[in-house]
Amino acid sequence: MRIALFITCFNDTLFPDTGKAVVHLLERLGHTVEFPPSQTCCGQMHFNTGYRPEAMPLVAGFVRTFGGYDAVVTPSASCAGMVRDSHPVLADQYGDDQLRREVGELVPKVHEFTEFLTDVLGVTDVGAAFPHRVAYHPTCHSLRGLRLGDRPERLLRAVRGLELVDLERPDSCCGFGGTFAVKNADTSAAMLADKTGEVTSTGADVLCAADNSCLMHIGGGLSRQGSAVRTMHLAEILASTEGDPR
Amino acid sequence: MSGTMDGRGVVFLGSPAFPDAARTALADTRLRTNLRRATTTIRDKRLQVTGELDDWEDLRAAGEAVKRRTLRHLDVHLLRLEESVTRAGGVVHWAADAAEANRIVTELVRATGGRDDETREVVKIKSMATQEIGLNEALAEAGIAAYETDLAELIVQLADDRPSHILVPAIHLGRAEIRDLFATEMARWGRPAPEGLTDDPAALAEAARLHLREKFLRAKVAVSGANFACADTGTVAVVESEGNGRMCLTLPETLITVMGIEKVLPSWRDLEVFLQLLPRSSTGERMNPYTSMWTGVTPGDGPRAFHLVLLDNGRSDTLADTVGRQALNCIRCSACLNVCPVYERTGGHAYGSVYPGPIGAVLTPQLVGVEHAASLPFASTLCGACYDACPVKINIPEVLTHLRAEVVEAKRAGRRLPSPEALAMKAATAVLVSPARLGYAQRAAALGGRALARRGRIGRLPGPFRGWSDSRDTPAPPTESFRTWWRKNREGEQG
Repeated sequence: MRIALFITCFNDTLFPDTGKAVVHLLERLGHTVEFPPSQTCCGQMHFNTGYRPEAMPLVAGFVRTFGGYDAVVTPSASCAGMVRDSHPVLADQYGDDQLRREVGELVPKVHEFTEFLTDVLGVTDVGAAFPHRVAYHPTCHSLRGLRLGDRPERLLRAVRGLELVDLERPDSCCGFGGTFAVKNADTSAAMLADKTGEVTSTGADVLCAADNSCLMHIGGGLSRQGSAVRTMHLAEILASTEGDPR
Repeated sequence: MSGTMDGRGVVFLGSPAFPDAARTALADTRLRTNLRRATTTIRDKRLQVTGELDDWEDLRAAGEAVKRRTLRHLDVHLLRLEESVTRAGGVVHWAADAAEANRIVTELVRATGGRDDETREVVKIKSMATQEIGLNEALAEAGIAAYETDLAELIVQLADDRPSHILVPAIHLGRAEIRDLFATEMARWGRPAPEGLTDDPAALAEAARLHLREKFLRAKVAVSGANFACADTGTVAVVESEGNGRMCLTLPETLITVMGIEKVLPSWRDLEVFLQLLPRSSTGERMNPYTSMWTGVTPGDGPRAFHLVLLDNGRSDTLADTVGRQALNCIRCSACLNVCPVYERTGGHAYGSVYPGPIGAVLTPQLVGVEHAASLPFASTLCGACYDACPVKINIPEVLTHLRAEVVEAKRAGRRLPSPEALAMKAATAVLVSPARLGYAQRAAALGGRALARRGRIGRLPGPFRGWSDSRDTPAPPTESFRTWWRKNREGEQG
């Protein structure tokens, strides 16, 4: 199986450790991961802000880059959702027959990282060790967009030493929403304040999620408040082992 | 009430735009506490009663299917409805917009005859459609007093305020405020509140009951909305909780119903689906307390004249949009408001429309034209909670992004120079189409980020990111991007 990593432009630039964790973990599980260097961005920011024509070259580039792989793995629920739900919409609206067909063929091969582990590779215990109190925040795109269900929790429960604690109102949005946080900064901040309060009250050392964008938002709020809670992508926790702790 | 008619004649306060209106609401901590308590309560009740039904998902699918099918052939169903209502002794009127609907209702009220003081007033059941067209204000201009009889609508009317929730119009007001309103304002509208009124809910309800009873017994004309109308039988249905609606529908001599054209259902049998979906989704009840249905007129029973005003007011245009038309599936249950994290913080007034919350953010711009409500499609994080809660499966996030694209295109068409945002998006595409350019941008971001950062974190920023950086730190971009790391550490291995 030829596996390509779609790191996402956001992780590539701001959270490279997440990509490294995915690579280390998949290699530890006996797989070879390729990183097609022509990859850039799925176009989510453009699409969600209303700039559809501007997203089109990115859709075409995505198809060109990943078209030849058996599986495309990405550590971002929102970017996986963008490819799965919105690339077909864009291809229908602006694309030619060939692009529509190529998007249609590629979409089923694109997997969010936890989906890939549980559904494609069929593993739950990835041999990780992470002796900390961890709260899991199901981001809106993983919860309602991709319907990841309890896959992330199943993976986390199998991690040695990890104590999983529950968030109050886990299904409520953190208020990031991409450009929403800039366009509606005050409303976003009000949502963030509630979320950071709920995170702090769990007593967790670490907050994890399947989307670094939401973690950046919540982590940015926690940092501003001087909180000691760390934010980490789920992949980093799963990549952590007793011999190579994070 | 200081509404303005914008676009096609929808009472809409497009100014200030959502972000500014939201800021004002957010500053009201009491409002936020009230909203959080109220929406959490209704949300939990809804989850409990929808969870009781094994076939809830089937019901949702059925509701969506009926609505979609009806909208595809709306003209056919409306003509059948007209025929059935006429056959049953009612009179059907067609109104293209708010002005026409208001004119029709005003003339009908004037034509009811009787003494002047009898015809200068109407009693009303809570109705979204008549609020949408500003009927009360239009009637007032014609010298006709319209009395709201729904308890929450009465409160809002006494306060000269606007509703802020579809189901709980006075959700933004507390008990003490309501007591004060009753004590000071009721006398102006009719029977005054009793002396020494307390803010005990039972006492408030009794004061409203006494106040309203006089109006019910006196009024010769009632105006209602409609939850559903069955094309095959000509039956119109209203569901409610208090019984005031039933008084309006049965006591007066003339009943005028104003109904959005999307409310028609093909047949009486379809009600079975919606009378299960609506109460569970809206009030979290298994059954609503009062379901009133009427078919034309019946000699010796109820109103002697029945008029049905079929209101378009932007709906045909909405229908023409194959993505946006699903907003017309809405049965006004308010489930999307109660689960929306944005609504929970800002309340309904920030949306500037009679239709607040997620459904308002997709319906209002379509009814008034996106250029008049450009900030509303952006008043969402696209978290998707509304879509999950919607009993007729309106994919609100899909419509939101669709309308965002329309807003952007409308702005593009309307200006000679691109906006700063459009330039930024274009520039982002220019960088992101090329991995090499992305690499340069990453190195530039790492350098710039480090210059701004202290201990790896970027604090407060000026300019367009001030709003963001007022409440959050931003991580400084690391010196090495993932693609650089990969090139150094893995590329050789793949040879």
